[in-house]
Amino acid sequence: MSDATRQLVENLNALATGLFLLTAFGIVAMRQARGCLHLFIGQSLLLAASAALLGLRFDSGHLYGVALVNLVSKPIIVPWLLRKVAPAELYTRREIDQVLNIPTTLLIALALAIGAYFLGVPMANAVGQEYHGQNLPIGIAGLLLGALTLTVRREAMPLLIGLLAMENGAFLAGISIARDLSMLVELAIATDGLIIVFIVGVLVRAVEKHVGTTAVGELASLREGPAKQATQENAP
Amino acid sequence: MSVILILFPPLVAAALAGIPSRQSWAPGATVVSCLIVLALASRMAWRIAAGGSVTDTLDPGWSNWVAVDGLSALILLLIALVGSTAAVYSVGYMAHGKPGAGRLRLYHANYNLFIFSMLAIPLIAEPTLVWIVVELTTLCSALLVSFENTREALEAAWKYVILSLMGAGFALFGFLVLFAAMHAAGGAVYTWAGLVEAAPRMPPLLVQTAFLLILIGLGTKVGLVPMHTWLPDAHSQAPSPVCALLSGIETTSILYVILRLFPVMQAVPGAHAETWALVLGLISVGTAAFLLLQVHDYKRLFAFSTVEHMGIILTAVGLGAPAADYGAMQQIVSHAVTKSFCFFAAGATLLAVGTREIAAVRGLVRRAPAAGAALILGGLAITGAPPLAVFLSEFAILKAGLTQGRYVATGLLAVFIVIAFFGVMVHLNRMVFGAPENEGTAQDPSGPREAKEGRLPFSCGLILILAAVPVLVLGVYIPKPLHDLLVLAAAALSR
Repeated sequence: MSDATRQLVENLNALATGLFLLTAFGIVAMRQARGCLHLFIGQSLLLAASAALLGLRFDSGHLYGVALVNLVSKPIIVPWLLRKVAPAELYTRREIDQVLNIPTTLLIALALAIGAYFLGVPMANAVGQEYHGQNLPIGIAGLLLGALTLTVRREAMPLLIGLLAMENGAFLAGISIARDLSMLVELAIATDGLIIVFIVGVLVRAVEKHVGTTAVGELASLREGPAKQATQENAP
Repeated sequence: MSVILILFPPLVAAALAGIPSRQSWAPGATVVSCLIVLALASRMAWRIAAGGSVTDTLDPGWSNWVAVDGLSALILLLIALVGSTAAVYSVGYMAHGKPGAGRLRLYHANYNLFIFSMLAIPLIAEPTLVWIVVELTTLCSALLVSFENTREALEAAWKYVILSLMGAGFALFGFLVLFAAMHAAGGAVYTWAGLVEAAPRMPPLLVQTAFLLILIGLGTKVGLVPMHTWLPDAHSQAPSPVCALLSGIETTSILYVILRLFPVMQAVPGAHAETWALVLGLISVGTAAFLLLQVHDYKRLFAFSTVEHMGIILTAVGLGAPAADYGAMQQIVSHAVTKSFCFFAAGATLLAVGTREIAAVRGLVRRAPAAGAALILGGLAITGAPPLAVFLSEFAILKAGLTQGRYVATGLLAVFIVIAFFGVMVHLNRMVFGAPENEGTAQDPSGPREAKEGRLPFSCGLILILAAVPVLVLGVYIPKPLHDLLVLAAAALSR
């Protein structure tokens, strides 16, 4: 590979990872449930693009495999599976009351992303001197922003997307530092993501049927304290 | 004998349980499969304890994926044991509420998949694959936790799934970093043994980051404070046999994965894995001991006691002495047999009185003598009253701590254990022996009728008797093969 092509591939990878970070911010703040899903699909496509570019850069057939697995499982099978198992209600929800308001959440997200950079760069150096791109710091940021999504959201769809986004973040970092992970493991992890979608979808359907809401974060009757209060809370 | 064989009975039973038919063979399939697994696991543990190997007949290519040593054999044996008792208990317990055949099939299919995923944890040697089966334990048990479909059960299942998977996300990144560290050290195969071998050459920064990510990530699923918030919910809302599995053995089989990292960490300068374990362990024991005092649901009581016990095990490992490691292994065994017994007793109580509120149950020993006696025995056993199993293992840990000269840590541990003892016994004592307050006089004529309704199913009574045997025996006597196995398991915790 000539120097110019390598430079181009590395720049394109930087673009893909940069956009990846942007989608991670979007998932934290997006109010519409359907929008969250679309952002996640975009994020998965960018992950696949980054894997393919790194595959080109290192001439690694294995990374092409990772790109292909991500291309098929997340943008195609996840939405299909959700339509099959989860209630339609899930898509139409719009979340008004997050635990924190959106500007505060985004400020925290920004702090996390900066922290991820300071954690990621020394780690990349410890792995070795070869090219890692921005994958490691941005992957860590993706992981942390996914976790933030899980803590501040209450609707089922953003919570599910937060889980999957965490996995995406771990993967974005993984394709740069753990390139030779066996294909069996990669396939198993992808399958695992689909099982998560299936089980969470079934749970949401049960919650919607028996409790009548998809704002699962608002379920909060289980706690310590005087017994009577708990039963009163349940009554209505 | 092929080691992998042990994974098949649960899969077959899950498939059988899933077949729609009017006559339900699901409970029978589950019991038979669990008993086969128990036989295979005992044989494996026996051979390992005698100094043999169970993987020598495998094709060499498998050694990158499957490995069984003393520690794995111990965990396998306990999963099989609790899996079997809980399976037999399920037969009567689940029939009691008269769920439809479909619901029963769902329960048993999930039950077998859950057993399958747990059995795979100690067998698999490749860390990322272990991570995947850890995820599977969460996903297979989620629908068991929400089985009753009440508002509370659904809330518990939801919290369980979200928090466990969130932790798992961090752990996944940890395992990828660990892979990178091993790769940087020129390690050839990514297995537990390969990691220990490559550990001295691995970049310390990466290993430490990976360890913390995995400790926090999987610690969430173990129920370490402050990541424990989901545990009392899930471990109290699930049907009682599932609680026995979740609390008795699932937590320890996840803890096993964390313990696997200790020999790796010991080779890394300035890693301080033991210190982390000691601090997190003591925080867990202490917090759980005080939270125990204010619960109002007796199944939550036992759930908090699980948080306490996980803390004790981690503290023991954190003490970092061979004797303490042995104590930790002994505690894993006594916790598994005792905690499952406690939840069987709690299940029997629930069948007899129909409520989980501590305040609503008084004078249980008169209304349902079997459940009352089992509950008080379970309470005494789990809090470490002599001469029961937990007493012996906690005593071993405290003694090892004192011999080490770790007076502060050991003293704190002892104080927390005593507080937990009172926390549990105050509640249980009132439930079992307390005078019926207002309901006693009002409901006196209806008393016998309720007792008849709450008659204990045969399989539940049988298991209450059988499960009490190890609780009583292991308090006074540890058989030679088990002792050998514990020594081997403890040896796996250090280089």
